[in-house]
Amino acid sequence: MTGDTHANRPKLTLHVPEPKFRPGDKADFSDVEVPPAGAARRPEHGDAAASFHELAYGMVRVLDDAGRAVGPWAPRLSPDRLRQMLRYMVTLRAFDERMFRAQRQGKTSFYMKATGEEAVAVAATMALQRDDMTFPSYRQQGILIARDWSLVDMMNQIYSNRGDRLQGKQLPIMYSTKEGAFFSISGNLATQYPQAVGWAMASAAKGDSRIAAVWCGEGSTAEGDFHSACTFASVYRAPVILNVVNNQWAISSFSGFAGAEATTFAARAVGYGIAGLRIDGNDALAVYAATEWAAERARTNQGPTLIEHFTYRAEGHSTSDDPSQYRSADEASEWPLGDPVRRLRDHLIAIGEWDDERHKAQDLEIAEMVKKAQKEAEANGILGHGLHQPLDTLFEGVFEEMPWHLREQQAQMLAEEAESGRPWARKEGGR
Amino acid sequence: MNMIQAINSAMDVMMARDADVVVMGEDVGYFGGVFRATAGLQKKFGKTRVFDTPITECGIIGVAVGMGAYGLRPVPEIQFADYIYPALDQLVSEAARLRYRSAGEFTAPITVRSPFGGGIFGGQTHSQSPEGIFTHVSGIKTVIPATPYDAKGLLIAAIEDNDPVLFFEPKRIYNGPFDGQWDGPAKSWAGHKAAQVPEGYYRIPLGKASIVREGGDVTILAYGTMVHVALAVVEAAGVDAEVIDLRTLVPLDIETIEASVKKTGRCMIVHEATRTAGFGAELSALVQERCFHHLEAPIERVTGFDTPYPHSLEWAYFPGPVRIGMALKKIMKD
Repeated sequence: MTGDTHANRPKLTLHVPEPKFRPGDKADFSDVEVPPAGAARRPEHGDAAASFHELAYGMVRVLDDAGRAVGPWAPRLSPDRLRQMLRYMVTLRAFDERMFRAQRQGKTSFYMKATGEEAVAVAATMALQRDDMTFPSYRQQGILIARDWSLVDMMNQIYSNRGDRLQGKQLPIMYSTKEGAFFSISGNLATQYPQAVGWAMASAAKGDSRIAAVWCGEGSTAEGDFHSACTFASVYRAPVILNVVNNQWAISSFSGFAGAEATTFAARAVGYGIAGLRIDGNDALAVYAATEWAAERARTNQGPTLIEHFTYRAEGHSTSDDPSQYRSADEASEWPLGDPVRRLRDHLIAIGEWDDERHKAQDLEIAEMVKKAQKEAEANGILGHGLHQPLDTLFEGVFEEMPWHLREQQAQMLAEEAESGRPWARKEGGR
Repeated sequence: MNMIQAINSAMDVMMARDADVVVMGEDVGYFGGVFRATAGLQKKFGKTRVFDTPITECGIIGVAVGMGAYGLRPVPEIQFADYIYPALDQLVSEAARLRYRSAGEFTAPITVRSPFGGGIFGGQTHSQSPEGIFTHVSGIKTVIPATPYDAKGLLIAAIEDNDPVLFFEPKRIYNGPFDGQWDGPAKSWAGHKAAQVPEGYYRIPLGKASIVREGGDVTILAYGTMVHVALAVVEAAGVDAEVIDLRTLVPLDIETIEASVKKTGRCMIVHEATRTAGFGAELSALVQERCFHHLEAPIERVTGFDTPYPHSLEWAYFPGPVRIGMALKKIMKD
């Protein structure tokens, strides 16, 4: 159709969002609204969702520019807990650095870092109980670290080696541990959202006291599962914490493509009848306080909370991504909410419980610890060294019991392997 | 019992036996289901075990997977199989793979019940037979009963099974068997041998077919409504056919199929679903691979046409007595 038949009407235009800065541009975030720390009110746990408007459009912040914890959300953690939080965050960053490098060295096929988002998973996990069930996306490895999960075990999974509990079946970083109350990560985005709500509903239906927490990125909120999950969570008042990690980028797409130009992600909660909090995701104390608040709301049967963690994905999406192709190189350094590790460190220093020397010493110590874990994991083999799991495990776990057609295919595969004479075949531990 | 009552009874029995069994879906609670399959269950077992859900199939299955991961044994209902597609991602990417991807740490012991199949003037979105989409997915079991007795025994086995099971219920035969004579009087299950359904617990193992008519000249493989249509055609034609009700498509009872075709030398496959890449293609390939030297005629597939399910032209589309009869003549002539 041409416009000819409607010549007297104004022409419509299609709005296609565009990020403010592209490669070569100077990033300037001066128009990002950053409310002062301590200014946001702290509601009652039972408050109706409709009263969360200003919290869903504002931003809960605890740490101010001088490194002090201020306002009604300050969680009053002991210095030991604060130091532990910092330690986990530093460990996560060191782990990421080490594994990123391992991928570059060809020791594994793939890795994803959480750089700049360390507070989101670590501080939230510390505000949960150890047996609360977590449904992570692929960028919450901090949950495992904050639960003191074995770094060697995580690395074994990344290397798909003979120590890998997932038998080399999963892409690196798609961890799973029931013991760690960490749900099996799926490559399909947002599927964990309704699953977490279902888990929480089951816990409630059984009169349990455990709650669930789920994470997804802001990009994934566009999936239908997000809508389904919010609807179910609201309808049944499921004891669940719905975390949206708004790190501004979904691979190369800025948050505008998930709807961020028109509203906040926390504000979506209010429409579902869910309490919505928008918080400074680079402020570990804000993350802790909001999670603790939401956990209390869930534990007292007052329903779900959606927390938008406003943060920034400081590095590439994955080892397969080069962010310099689509965004300004200085975005991360210009980001107005700073670096979560540095901010927590500065807080500890400001209250006289930490200093630069101890921080540097800890950095070294943790780097050594991660390196040691890496050595231990690599003793179990790395991906490039071929097969580490018995070949016939390929058919295990499709069903509880192997049906005839899989048994036939298994026999076929073993015959092929015998025929091929491949050197790694069925040899325990590869070469 | 009719098939609805048998299905209702299976859930009743399992809910009483296992406190972890929960029933959920659109209209299944207070109202008892649009086909009455869950009637009375909420009143008996309470709202936390039998509950209505929002209209979101992806949510229903996703929530069921989460409940399964917690340790419950959910029996979600998808009101019509035609509406299972919004849940496809949760079924294919999640339920089917959870055990495999977590090396057995997490499982999805869910049973998805869904009315399926045509013959009821249901048009495009109340008649489909999507079983072939799911038999293609590793990690899911697919079960289709053809009688009230089987429906109860198979549903109990499905609920007890620790793997995700899709339980497709042929709604055309909820209230009585169907011989394909669409303009004839409706039959009820009353008086049918398979309508004698025990009140209590019993199970029919998954993966076992049922030979509903023994014969020596041709093997007919069918499931759901088509078992009854094929049987009626065979009786009317006076052909000594062996009619096998597959009951479970995955895992398939290959031994029964293989033994029968080797005995008869001929094989005909009947299903309502569209032809191309339907489950009949898999059956045909398996029979060809395993019984090639015993075959006296090409394998025949009698199926729905490769079109969306039509409304007014339903009986031209449906693989009824005429189409089955013509195929039967052809296969017997060869």
